[in-house]
Amino acid sequence: MSRFVARRLVAMVPLLILVSILAFSLVLLLPGDPALAILGDEVANANNKQAYYALRKELGLDEPVPIQYLTWAARVLRGDLGTSIRNQTPIASTIGGRMLPTIELALLGAILSLLIAFPAGIISALRPNSMADAGATLAALGGVAIPNFFLGILLIYVMAVWLRVLPPSGYVAPWEDLGENLKLMIMPAIAVSTGLAAVMMRQVRSALIEVLQQEYILTARSKGLSEMAVVLGHAIKNAAIPVVTILGQQVGTLIGGAVVTETIFSIPGMGRMIVEAISYRDFPVVQAAVLLLAMTVLLANLATDLVYGYLDPRIRHD
Amino acid sequence: MIGQTSAVDTTSAERVLATPAMPPRRRLITWSNLSPRIWIGLAVVGTMLFLALTADFLTPYDPNYQDYSQFRVAPSAEHPFGTDQVGRDLYSRVVYGTRISFLVGVVAVGIGLTSGVVIGLVAGLYRGWIDEVLMRVMDAIHAFPALVLALAITAALGPGIVNIMIAIGIVYMPSYARLVRGQVLSVRERDFVVAARILGAGSLRLMFLHIWPNVTAPIIVQGSLNVSSAILTEASLSFLGLGVRPPTPSWGSSLQSGYQYLSSAPWLSLFPGLAIFIAVLGFNLFGDGLRQLLDPRLRARGEA
Repeated sequence: MSRFVARRLVAMVPLLILVSILAFSLVLLLPGDPALAILGDEVANANNKQAYYALRKELGLDEPVPIQYLTWAARVLRGDLGTSIRNQTPIASTIGGRMLPTIELALLGAILSLLIAFPAGIISALRPNSMADAGATLAALGGVAIPNFFLGILLIYVMAVWLRVLPPSGYVAPWEDLGENLKLMIMPAIAVSTGLAAVMMRQVRSALIEVLQQEYILTARSKGLSEMAVVLGHAIKNAAIPVVTILGQQVGTLIGGAVVTETIFSIPGMGRMIVEAISYRDFPVVQAAVLLLAMTVLLANLATDLVYGYLDPRIRHD
Repeated sequence: MIGQTSAVDTTSAERVLATPAMPPRRRLITWSNLSPRIWIGLAVVGTMLFLALTADFLTPYDPNYQDYSQFRVAPSAEHPFGTDQVGRDLYSRVVYGTRISFLVGVVAVGIGLTSGVVIGLVAGLYRGWIDEVLMRVMDAIHAFPALVLALAITAALGPGIVNIMIAIGIVYMPSYARLVRGQVLSVRERDFVVAARILGAGSLRLMFLHIWPNVTAPIIVQGSLNVSSAILTEASLSFLGLGVRPPTPSWGSSLQSGYQYLSSAPWLSLFPGLAIFIAVLGFNLFGDGLRQLLDPRLRARGEA
């Protein structure tokens, strides 16, 4: 297992480097002079000429592009994500606080979708083509298609405007007031979870149907085990393996969903940070945020790979 | 023996040539084996196309006309979906929004598909370091959360419909490149391709005459499924205020400006949101149906 972990870690290095190159290259996409694009038209004003040259120097624009990248990468490795143009503060000092709500939302969404996907998938698999199965299939089709921001808005309307049982929006850190935090996060988490829940439910269903046809299940049944014990004690472990893969593949979608969803629930996370940064043309912030989110996805993928290797010993010995 | 994918011993070229070069089995697409799913999907996609093309004739009002005496009027016979916060007819805006969604969805996927297919073909056919470099770059693009990358690219290029299409296209490019490369690698070992190579077919001939026809089906399926995600991404970007520039009617931006009046004028959120939902659902059903139709393996496993 430790060799497997080491191999996966080493395999991640080139990917990390490429991801950082891409995140860096985003600046190159800015039309014309990045410094000009970042500062906007006010540069035409002679008073800002100084700011313009300072920014060019700070961004290292007088250097060739590969050197610019290396300087930038070296800074990032030292934990310096650059300076926000809007409020002149180091990005690294504020971004951590913004990461937490987004990651919490994505995690809650993942947990919720597992809680939906497993029971629904098991019921569907045990009675294929039954009414319950058809209902679950329909719900899954809907769950994939509904945009999470629209579902969030519907939830706010029903729960907060109409029934008045939940607060419409806002955020309290979990260590300040866990109860209030969960109360505020329940709607966003539902909004984020449906797409993933739907995909995983279909996966649980088809994997379980396949596993249930295997001989060891027949053995378990002929031992006289109850259906419950067969499914939960024997079948579900093997059926869970492809579901873990799906979960790993969907981390990016989950984070993307969290980024949009938090804007309607006024959660001060990465999504709002990026959107605000874009509207103030604060491009270093956008770049840092994108880089960190991509790194989060890579780490989550690594974690799923490891869980996968743990669940399925065959993977480890490839 | 025929149609199996096992690697062929190239020294026994005679045996290979003696077997007729057999293209992989094609399923006949008949009207009777189309599932209801694809029909519903086709109906939605067809309706969207129809609305997008004929929006000018189907809408009672100019989507950008602001009637200052009619702010946030509830749905009525005069305004079936009500009016928005600046007095524009929401029904007309939703119908016109179909045009933007359809256009962005299809063109963005077209951009991603074309570039991804070229990269996948090149990587799969030439292999070696070209393959290694191209695919690692694709992996890196894929590592970014799709929406976040689209957001960042649009932020860099600036908002606007063309830039959104490019951004979404780049985001979906890796999935096609991977798909095509995988197919090329498996198809190139099949008997009929090996036979063609032995007969002296060059790589371009191999690519277009022998390999290309075998990778089209999975690409079509992937493409139709991706249109729905592209529509969703466009709606998300517009919802975040980074999409199509106002006043161009887009479902995402209508929803964004509308949900601030959620308690007093819920229809401003409801209709654009439903439009996105139906469009995404329609393209999903259509793509699922196509996959069922074109991928016999799914059918054999009894998977819906």
